[in-house]
Amino acid sequence: MADLSVMSEQARASYKKKKRRDNGKTAGLIILFTILAVLIIIPIYVLFIASFKPGDDFVAYGLNLNPEFSKWSLVNYDLLFNGDHNYWIWFRNSIILTVITVVLTLLVSAFVAYGFAAYEFKGRNFLFMIVLGIMSVPFEVIMLPLYQQMSDWQLMDTYFAIVIPFLANASTIFFFRQYLLGMPKSLIEAGRIDGATEYGIFFKLIIPIMKPAFAAMAILNGMNAWNNYMWPLLVIRSEDKYTLTLGLNTLLNPYGNNYSLLIVGSCFSIIPIFILFIAFQKYFIEGMTAGAVKG
Amino acid sequence: MKKFFYSQKAAPYVFVLPFVLTVLLFWLGPIIKGINLSFQDVMKDQWVGLGNYQRLLTDKIFWKAVSNSVKYCILTLVLLIPFPLLFAVLLNSHLMKHSNIFKSIYFLPALTSVVVAGTVFRLMFGEASESLLNQVIGLFGHAPIKWLKSQGTAYFALLTLCCWRWTGVNIMYFLAGIQSIPADLYEAAEIDGASKWQQFKSITIPLVKPTTIYVLTISIYAGLAMFLESFMLWRGNNSPNNIGLTIVGYLYRQGIEKRAMGYACAVGIVLLIFVMIVNFIQLKLNGTFSKEER
Repeated sequence: MADLSVMSEQARASYKKKKRRDNGKTAGLIILFTILAVLIIIPIYVLFIASFKPGDDFVAYGLNLNPEFSKWSLVNYDLLFNGDHNYWIWFRNSIILTVITVVLTLLVSAFVAYGFAAYEFKGRNFLFMIVLGIMSVPFEVIMLPLYQQMSDWQLMDTYFAIVIPFLANASTIFFFRQYLLGMPKSLIEAGRIDGATEYGIFFKLIIPIMKPAFAAMAILNGMNAWNNYMWPLLVIRSEDKYTLTLGLNTLLNPYGNNYSLLIVGSCFSIIPIFILFIAFQKYFIEGMTAGAVKG
Repeated sequence: MKKFFYSQKAAPYVFVLPFVLTVLLFWLGPIIKGINLSFQDVMKDQWVGLGNYQRLLTDKIFWKAVSNSVKYCILTLVLLIPFPLLFAVLLNSHLMKHSNIFKSIYFLPALTSVVVAGTVFRLMFGEASESLLNQVIGLFGHAPIKWLKSQGTAYFALLTLCCWRWTGVNIMYFLAGIQSIPADLYEAAEIDGASKWQQFKSITIPLVKPTTIYVLTISIYAGLAMFLESFMLWRGNNSPNNIGLTIVGYLYRQGIEKRAMGYACAVGIVLLIFVMIVNFIQLKLNGTFSKEER
């Protein structure tokens, strides 16, 4: 803040003018971003109000913005909490799978990334080229042969097949490596002088300083695991192993009151990942910035 | 042995071992297997040489899928790189207030699964005059449209869904890139009397380039491999006249729905080659091949 009292008359006038112009710009920006925010919220709002309307309506009329309060009831929520369906089994499966995936992916990827960031070794550049290469190859390319391979190995219909192939996740490794390149090398030296083993250094000294990076990647990997659809669709067969996305999609037939459960269940499916996001959000940008792609 | 395991020489290899195993077992293995299968008719257990690839060349539906994927990919690049970059710069401006609330809101769609998002969009783009999009065009006196039954409006629906989900994520990437630019560069430019536009053009764009390349790479990847959005919008892999069919959709149709694994693997290999060529050109043009190695 500039101190107006010590300014000359002229400077004060121009300062005020600039201030006014800035206020105008701020208002303009807020209007622009509010419009964008409204556009982004519309589908979520539509889903939310639909969760109070009768399920047959969506099939017939589609979704829209009219609240139509006269049609509101808690029937769908009653169905969700008291109905005869597998929703909560799917929900539990998704939670278990997401937690396992995130914890293991972060650990394994950080382990690998530390190897890339902390050491000079033969073959490092070549291996790192492969990390970059895999990052730019769509998983869908190997989806079918991998599916065939899992079935040859008798791993179909297991969570093992969903989790294991993706633990050393290329983009997470890349991100952690970027993050770790900024760490002070003296930390490692100090650890060695204190007599820690190479692995001890990683677990005791490096993991604690990676918290912001972990938060950022927990959100991204958590999102992917929670919402993963393609690969579980191929691998999982039995209904008691369905995840939420798989289960919700089986509700997509126009008979009965499945749409009621689908809409209210979809609403609910956003909540856990939303909580994760809110919990780690503070570190999210910080972590993203520290691990940002640098030239 | 134990001593060797703990030595500084062996440690890096132990650290990267999980990645090496992953690559061998879950990338290289399947790619080789895929190449191998693409020369076979798996159902008849017959070696067909280049037969599958020859069939692809004259397969009209395959080329329809390729053209859909390429168009979709290009359009998403046009929409999902410049605008998020611009929004990120504006959000980061000191004139902007409460930017954290906005950032969180923009990130919300990425938290929804494609199943949920696709279903909501399918119903918003419904055919009845009461569906959201038909209500909107109704305000302008337009009769209801069957959005998902003709090519142009179908693309519109796909792109809307895509932009809705990914604008916020890309804004985050760009924000992270922008915030790692040293602030004194802007201060120096300010003192030299550079306008905001000049600062954007001469400081932000060049220094945020590594982020741009990253976003570009993952967007090309995601655009060419798009499938689930179309799968959800048309409730299965069967859009009218294949207006929503993509390369991966065709791969899924052949491999999973028709059990023609060999032919489907050929589609996968073509997609792999395609993505590699596009990324190679892109990285070459941006001149980052040598720089990425440090």
